[in-house]
Formats: sequence, C-alpha cells, structure tokens
Amino acid sequence: MNVVIVGCGRTGAFLAELLDRGGDTVSIVDVERSAFARLPADFKGTPVLGNGTDMDILRQAGVESANAFVSLTQGDNRNLMAAQIAKKIFGVAQVIAKVNDPIRAATYRGQGLYTFSRTTILATLLHAVLSGDKTIGPNLMKAAMKHDEEESAGLPTVTR
Amino acid sequence: MYFVVAGGGEVGYHLSKALLEAGHEVMIIERDRRRALWIEEQLGSVVINAPADEGRYQIQAGCPRADAVLAVTGDDEDNLIISQLSKLKCGANRVIARVNNPKNEIVFKAMGIDETLSSTRVLMGVIEQELPTGGFMPLMPLTRSDLEVIEAEIAAGSPAADREVEAVGLPAGAHIGAVVRKGTILHAHRDTKLEVGDRIIVFAPTAAEQEVRKALFG
Repeated sequence: MNVVIVGCGRTGAFLAELLDRGGDTVSIVDVERSAFARLPADFKGTPVLGNGTDMDILRQAGVESANAFVSLTQGDNRNLMAAQIAKKIFGVAQVIAKVNDPIRAATYRGQGLYTFSRTTILATLLHAVLSGDKTIGPNLMKAAMKHDEEESAGLPTVTR
Repeated sequence: MYFVVAGGGEVGYHLSKALLEAGHEVMIIERDRRRALWIEEQLGSVVINAPADEGRYQIQAGCPRADAVLAVTGDDEDNLIISQLSKLKCGANRVIARVNNPKNEIVFKAMGIDETLSSTRVLMGVIEQELPTGGFMPLMPLTRSDLEVIEAEIAAGSPAADREVEAVGLPAGAHIGAVVRKGTILHAHRDTKLEVGDRIIVFAPTAAEQEVRKALFG
C-alpha cells in the first residue's frame, strides 16, 4: 500500500513507523525539517519538506499513486483542506483527517470524508475501560501499550 | 445589502469600512479579542469576537440571511473551511473567498467555492498593465469560467512575429480573438500574419497563461 501522511508530529511519525515496518510505502510531509527527527533511523519511507495543502508538494509526495492519505497536522482546517485535495482532486481511495473539533468532524463526515476527533476517540476509549467494557477498551489499550513497551525497549540503556 | 466578513485583518477591516461607507450592513467575525475591540472602537458594534470557522458563530453573525459571506482571513485553509461551512451549515446565499496562493483557486473550485479573489493575481494584473515593456497583460477573467482575456504586444524577436495565426503555437483552448494593427481591428483568421507592433487579444484558459506567454515571448 502507498500511503501519504501529512504532519510529522508524534502521531504522524509513529503511524509512519508502523506502516513502514509493516512493509507499506510511506511518504510523510511536514513544513519543519526538524519534525523528521521523530522518524526512526531505519525509516525507509520518504520525508517531503513542504506544505501539505500545496498540490505540487503532494504530487512530490506521490499522492497520485497513493492508496491512502492521512492528514494529522495541528490545524483542523489544514487537515480538512489537505484531505479534500487528496480525495476530490487526486481521487485517493482512502482519506482520513484528524479534526479535533467534534462538530466540524461530524459536518465533514456528513460530506463523505473520514474524519476523527482525537478528543472523542480518547474519551470514548477511557470511558470504555472505566465502565468495564470487555471488547474495545482492553483490546485497544493492550495494543497501544505493547507499542509503548517496544518503543522504550528500543532505547539504549544507560550504564553507570 | 448585508455582508458577513469573516476575518478582521487588514483586508477584512478596510473592506468592511468601505462597505459601511457605501451604506451596506456589515458584521465582522474576528477571533482575536484585542483586534475585535479595536475594530469596534473604529467602526462601532459590527464585530463578533469569535472564530469564524465555527457554524454557531456564523449563524450568530447572520450568515443565513446575508447577501454574501466574505471569507478574507490571511490563511487559505481557514477561508476554505469558513466558506464551506457557511454553505453547509448556514445555506449562505453567496460566498466569496480570498485566496492568497493563486494556485488554490483551482482547489477552491473543486471544493464547491466558485467565487474566489486572489490578491496576488489582482496585483500582478495591475503591475503588468503599468509596466511599459511587459507587453503581456491579462486584462480580466471571464465570469463563471476558467478563462481569461489577455492583451499582448508582438515585439521584435517574438516567436510569433511574421507568423500566421495558426502557426503561433498557442496551447489547447487558447485563441487569438482579434489583432489591433495601427489603431484598427483585424479579424484573426488562420492565415493572418502577425507583424511586429501588433497588439493581439487572446482568449485562454487561466491555467494556460504561462504557455500563452511562452508562445508569444519565447
């Protein structure tokens, strides 16, 4: 699968790492060169420096041959614009945008865009765990914590 | 008429001021509290201090009954979402969006926002008309299309000089509408030969402007 990710923050970099490790072809766009430092040293994908709402930059990132597109910058509007460019102009099959404002997320979901709000997801998950839900809560938490452990196991040990 | 102006920056403020002076009704939505207060001091109670990209404030500002919503912040992504939300959430009658990066005009169109204004393009148009040596003036866009009218002068050394109209090598969709030679208008037939000093009127797709320029100036 060819995936374009816009926004190399913690979430973007981590998703890129997961996909890359799983054998997918990933390119990741960010306006800040320093953001790419979040990618692991053995990352095989392509970092692309530039604005993710700029069609030329997206072309450079391979949006024309992408199967999936995920927009994860800090700006809701930027994510919505990038996602709509990917979907309506480049016809990417699967397009996902992070939209933290739940109302805006719902509005654009009604327009056929796959949007999610981090706030809603996290609160729903925590609520599931706290209310003793036996399915989504524990399973998702277990998967997420496994990633955390792998991450910290990869850090060099300090010897005194 | 009643206008909602989304974004009270330099453009939004001066635009609102001009609209008010022309006798129109205006409501500005400005996110920054200090800026909103300042505008209120200058123009009176015509400001809502709120983010313009949230539906409820658009409704509060009266977007549903406005004759036009003008999205004029300095960020294209904000202008796009403000425009789309005022159509989706408020059923706004008419939305005009400011586009800072001219490339985004195409993006906005693809996303249902047909009326855009690019200050960069307007400025370029003015500057090109003022430049004596340019010889290439995009005169105006044709309303509700992706076409524009260009005036160009055939200078000595132009690849189009001493060529017939059909041999000029304009991009697809571009046509020479007329040739102005020594103050008279000639029809541009396929075999009309262009001479140095001719001014030609070209109808062309806006996106092909650079190719037209290349065909005429090399």
